[in-house]
Amino acid sequence: MSNIKYILGSFGDPDEMLTGIKKLQENNISIYDVYTPMPIHGIEAKLGVKRSRLDIAAFFFGITGTITMLTGVYLATVVDWPVNIGGKTHFALPDFIPITFELTILFCAFGLVGSYYASTHLFPGRAPRVMDLRATDDRFVIAIDAKQNTEHEKIDELLKGAGALEVKHNERKYISYE
Amino acid sequence: MAGHNESILREPLITGKDITYAQITEEILSPVENKPNKAWWIGFILALCGATLWVVSVGYTFWFGIGAWGLNKTVGWAWDITGFVWWVGIGHAGTLISAVLLLFRQNWRNSINRSAEAMTIFAVICAATYVVSHMGRPWLAYWVLPLPNQFGSLWVNFNSPLVWDMFAISTYFSVSLLFWYTGLLPDIATIRDRATGIRKKVYTIFSFGWSGSVKTWQRFEAVSLILAGISTPLVLSVHTIVSMDFATSVIPGWHTTIFPPYFVAGAIFSGFAMVLTLLLVVRKVLGLENYITMFHIESMNKIIILTGSIVGVAYLTELFIAWYSGSQYELYAFQNRIAGPFAWAYWLMMTCNVISPQLLWFKKIRTNIAATWVLSIVVNIGMWFERFVIIVTSLHRDYLPSSWTMFSPTWVDVGVFVGSIGVFFTLFLLFLRVLPSIAIAEVKMILKSSSEQSKMKLIKEGNLDKEHVQEYIESLEKFDSVKQEDYAKI
Repeated sequence: MSNIKYILGSFGDPDEMLTGIKKLQENNISIYDVYTPMPIHGIEAKLGVKRSRLDIAAFFFGITGTITMLTGVYLATVVDWPVNIGGKTHFALPDFIPITFELTILFCAFGLVGSYYASTHLFPGRAPRVMDLRATDDRFVIAIDAKQNTEHEKIDELLKGAGALEVKHNERKYISYE
Repeated sequence: MAGHNESILREPLITGKDITYAQITEEILSPVENKPNKAWWIGFILALCGATLWVVSVGYTFWFGIGAWGLNKTVGWAWDITGFVWWVGIGHAGTLISAVLLLFRQNWRNSINRSAEAMTIFAVICAATYVVSHMGRPWLAYWVLPLPNQFGSLWVNFNSPLVWDMFAISTYFSVSLLFWYTGLLPDIATIRDRATGIRKKVYTIFSFGWSGSVKTWQRFEAVSLILAGISTPLVLSVHTIVSMDFATSVIPGWHTTIFPPYFVAGAIFSGFAMVLTLLLVVRKVLGLENYITMFHIESMNKIIILTGSIVGVAYLTELFIAWYSGSQYELYAFQNRIAGPFAWAYWLMMTCNVISPQLLWFKKIRTNIAATWVLSIVVNIGMWFERFVIIVTSLHRDYLPSSWTMFSPTWVDVGVFVGSIGVFFTLFLLFLRVLPSIAIAEVKMILKSSSEQSKMKLIKEGNLDKEHVQEYIESLEKFDSVKQEDYAKI
C-alpha cells in the first residue's frame, strides 16, 4: 500500500474539469472536493452539495433586528421616559420606520455573513487548507481520496483523458502546512 | 458555461488576445506584488500633504472649537454639512455598482465593483469624520448612540432625522465593509498562495483560510446575492434619510417632499462621476485597459446622463413648485438662489450638473476618455455646489431681514474640506498597493463568455449572422484597447 493520500487532477479549463468530474462519476470514483479560482455554476449539484440555507437564516436575523429596534424604541419612548410632545402619541410608529429598517438590514447582514463564515470555517488567521497552490490562480483542481479509491492508474487515465494538465499524487493532504 | 455562448451583439467586457487565467491574476496583482512606480509616489505624497492639512485643520477645530469656522448665528450649518453630504453622495456608487448591478445581472460590474466599493468605504469614512468634527465636543460623540443621556434616563430623540442618519450611515458603512471584505476573500487567498515570507503570513491571516472548495463558492454566491438584495434598499434609504435632515425642517428651500428621490439621484450621479474620475486614471497608470474597457466607461456615462437628467428635472420641479405653492417664503428662497448674492453658486451648479452632462448624449464625447474625465470632475464640482446652494443660500436670508448675512469660509473650513480629499486619496492609493483593484475571481468568471477572444473564436467558427458580426465589429471601433486590423482580415 502506497503512502499516497490524495490524487489531484489539475485542469487549465473549467469545461475540461467538468468533463473530468463526469468521467470519474461514471466510473464510480468518489470525488473528495473541487478547488477552483472562481465559482463554477452547476458544479454543486453534481457533487451533491446541498442547497444553502443561509437565506432562511438571513430572514430570521433580519426579523430579529426589526423586533429589537421596535422593542428598544418602545421601552425608551413609552416605558422608560415618555415625552409629551403636544399630546402626540408616545409610540410614533411612522417615525421609527427608517431606524427599524436600518437595524433589520444591519442584523441581517452581520448574521448572514457571520453564519457564512462559521459554516465554511472562515475566520482571521485560520491556517489555509490548500492542496494545490495554483487552485486560487489558474488551475481547476479535482481532489480524490486515494485511500478510498484504490485504482490509482485508472484515475490518472481518466483525469488525463479529460484534459488534466497535471496529475499529482500527494502524500500529505495539505501542502500549506509546511 | 458550456454549450452556451453569449450573443455576438453584446460588446466584450475583456479585450485583448490570448488572455489566460494566469495572465488575469498576473496583471491585476502587478501593482500589489511589485514596488510602486513614480506616479504612485507623487500621488501618494500629494495625498499625504492633504491628509496632513486635514489633521491640522481638524486639530485646530477641536482645540479652538467650531468658532474657527466661518459660521455665524444665521448660517449655522455650511461647509461641514456640505462636505458631509457630498462625501455620502460619492459613497453611493460602490454599493450601487456591486448590489444593484448584481441583481440586474449586469456583468460589466465585475471589473469595476471592487474599486468602486473601496471608494464607497473611504468616502463614507470622510463623511463620518465630518460628523465627528462638527460636534463641539467630539469626545462625547457617543451621545448620538441610543444610550440614556449621560447614562441617566433621557434618551436620544428617536423622532429626529439626525438620529436616523446615525443609524443609516453606520449601517451603510458596516454593511458595505462586510460586502466588500467578503468579496475580497478569494482574491486575498490568491495573493497569499503566490506570496512568500512575511507577506504570506499577513495575507494568510486576512484570507480567513479561504480554500476555494465547492461549498465555499456556492455559499459565497448565495451570500453575495442576499447581501446585494438587502444593500439595494439600504443604498436608497441612506440618502433618503440624509435628505430628511433637511426635508423635515421648516426652512423654505429645504421643506420639500421631492428631496428623497432628488438626493438619491444626485448621489448616484456624483458617485459614478467619482468612480470615473478615479478609474480613468487607475486603468491608465496600472495598465488595466483590457479589463476596464470603453464599454464600461460608456455605460457609466449613460448612468451619469440619466441621473444627471433626473437631477435637472428635480431642480426645475423645485422652481415650479416654489411658484405654484403660493408660499411667498418658498418663492423668495428660490428667487434668492437664482438672483441673490449667491447666484453665482446657483448658476455654477446648474451649468455643471444639468447643462454640461447633456454633452454626454454625443457618442464622440462619451467615448472620449479625456472629455469624460473632465466632465466627471465638472460633475463633482457641480454636486458640491448643489449642497452648498441648498444649505447656505436657504439659510443666509432667514425670516428677519435684520439678521440677513453672508457666509464666507475661513482657512479652517477650506482646510477640513481639501484635507478630507487628501485623506480619501491617501486611503485609495494605499488600497491600490495592498489589495487587488479588480475582483480577480469575478473577471475570470466572464472570460469564457464575454471576452473579445471568445467572441473572436465565435466569429472564426462562422455560423453567425453576418449583419450581427458586422454590427459587433463596428461597436469595437470606440475601444482604445482593441486592434481594428485583427478584424479587417475577417
